Amino acid sequence: MAEVRMNEAGLRQDERLERLKLFGLSSPAILLIMVILVIPVGWLFYVSFVGADGQFSLENYERMLKRKSYARIFQTTFEVSFLTTGLCVLIGYPLAYFISQLPRRMANLCLITVLLPFWTSLLVRTYAWLVLLQKRGLVNDWAISLGLWEEPIKMVHNMTGTLIGMVHIMLPFLILPVYGAMRAIDLDYMKAAANLGASPRRAFWTVFFPLTTPGLFAGALMVFILCLGFFVTPAVLGGGKVIMVSMKIVSNIELFVNWGAASALGVVLLLLTMVILWIASRFLNLDQITGGGH
Amino acid sequence: MRGLDLTAVNADALPISVQNVTKTYGSVHALDDVSLEVRSGEFLTLLGPSGSGKTTLLMVLAGFTRPDCGSLQFGDREVIRTPPHLRNVGMTFQSYALFPHMTVAGNVGYPLKLRRVPRAELDQRVEQALETVQLGGFGGRRIDQLSGGQRQRVAVARAIVFEPRILLMDEPLSALDKKLRDQMQIELRHLHEKLGMTTVYVTHDQREALTMSDRIAVVNHGRIMQLATPRDLYERPANRFVADFIGESTFLDVTRQGAEILFDGMALQMSAPVPEAEQLVLMVRPERIVLSPDGPREGVNNFAATATEVVYQGDSFLLHAQLTGGAQIVLRGAMRGAHVAALPTVGEALTLCLAPEDTVLIDGRGA
Repeated sequence: MAEVRMNEAGLRQDERLERLKLFGLSSPAILLIMVILVIPVGWLFYVSFVGADGQFSLENYERMLKRKSYARIFQTTFEVSFLTTGLCVLIGYPLAYFISQLPRRMANLCLITVLLPFWTSLLVRTYAWLVLLQKRGLVNDWAISLGLWEEPIKMVHNMTGTLIGMVHIMLPFLILPVYGAMRAIDLDYMKAAANLGASPRRAFWTVFFPLTTPGLFAGALMVFILCLGFFVTPAVLGGGKVIMVSMKIVSNIELFVNWGAASALGVVLLLLTMVILWIASRFLNLDQITGGGH
Repeated sequence: MRGLDLTAVNADALPISVQNVTKTYGSVHALDDVSLEVRSGEFLTLLGPSGSGKTTLLMVLAGFTRPDCGSLQFGDREVIRTPPHLRNVGMTFQSYALFPHMTVAGNVGYPLKLRRVPRAELDQRVEQALETVQLGGFGGRRIDQLSGGQRQRVAVARAIVFEPRILLMDEPLSALDKKLRDQMQIELRHLHEKLGMTTVYVTHDQREALTMSDRIAVVNHGRIMQLATPRDLYERPANRFVADFIGESTFLDVTRQGAEILFDGMALQMSAPVPEAEQLVLMVRPERIVLSPDGPREGVNNFAATATEVVYQGDSFLLHAQLTGGAQIVLRGAMRGAHVAALPTVGEALTLCLAPEDTVLIDGRGA
């Protein structure tokens, strides 16, 4: 039987042309990513391997291993990040649960108030905490006048202040994915659990909570990673007593003008973040961080 | 295949007694003073259009909707104020509501776990329940690995595994395709015969209701329009709404003149007594009225008509006709014999016959 293949060449050409157009359209984006991401990060790597004498050297990394102060800084960074994440979970999960149980309109209103702080500058929010928490600040004044404590408590320029500020800044990043996961739960699941004999408490722990854990993990991971590289809030509220990696990077540049050391720290922080993300991605769907598919 | 051994369960099934239950949402009566007795071991279907209140009634039975007033008894236990998790009734949901974070066995075993059934017995009963719904060996599967029909079966297994004496089903088959639905209808019916639980089944599909039920309660506007066996419901609908909702029918206005019932001046011959009602209509089922090729016959009601539309449907044909008085009527005929060669043509004058036993007068209200 003779095969009739009409318009074959023309159709193939259309296909090629379409692909070319697609590439043309996406090239600005590719270029942008090259310029603002790939090249700077590559430069960062490069600089971290340049020694004080301008030659290739591992001294920037060796210093990190040798000096105890670096280990302490990394320890502090992880400590602050863990504590902030933990506090965010403890405060954010019940809050997200509360909002998710409200009628839609009320819930949206509450979400707006959760997001409201995003519209003010990070620096302003941080300094606001400084004003509130200082020795003669609003919190101490009120607490003393209400008789909660006698003497002003030191709540800034230490770990407490850092954590308060960071938890406040980070909460929305936890609440949003958790809220999303809660809203996505079919109400029939809870009905089914009750119908099968689960008390409200049992139904919560055996059905509701497990179904929200992906959102909870995603939110916690997001908070943790953001905390690792956080600068402004710990710098202002920690008052130099809580030194995190980001602050060491700054002092390496501003105080010691040592770009190599600063770059090496940046590289290590970047790699740590990537390792954490990689481990996390094996356990959960990272789409949920961005509120993507379920 | 071994299923749940529940031979004596029929005696254990509980009757349900609903008395004067009312539920209003704002000014809407979702349930309007509903009373209903479900017999022990009976398969009763709540049938009605969407928004009729049938699901609300089921949710009252399950305990998810709190009525404004009324009484609900399972056996002789008053349960109207009992929270859902203490009612001990099985239920399947329209969405199946299978927990996605548990396996099939996890889902089916869930109610047993809550009842602190020991591990070994739990495993055995889960497997038995799965066998009952023909899913033996599926325990390790994840829910998202199952087809719609399999999910439906798992939902049933989960609802019966703790041997409740009452089973509630909320449109369990509506998400399945037609072939599977037909098959599951028969299967659920068999399961009911085997387990003997008092079953309340909600559907908007009248054919499904006719196929499965011992009795059907037709619900509309929050009230029960008629509670009867499928046959009674179809043959003797209580009013026009029920007749319209169950099967197809055309309604012809009739007048009463003394003992006679007249349609378009013609006295109707009927085998059943005339019902007591202010306003009567003649219900004509499309499959009961027939074409007479050789003109009017003796002993039946004859109608002169003109064909307005003829539709070929493979196994049957549908004929729309206008009676001489102007009324429209629909006739469904079997595709066989002379009809295979030639169907009536549009505009053709016809004689339609309705036997006295098929001449059914009903209460014309409740359209």
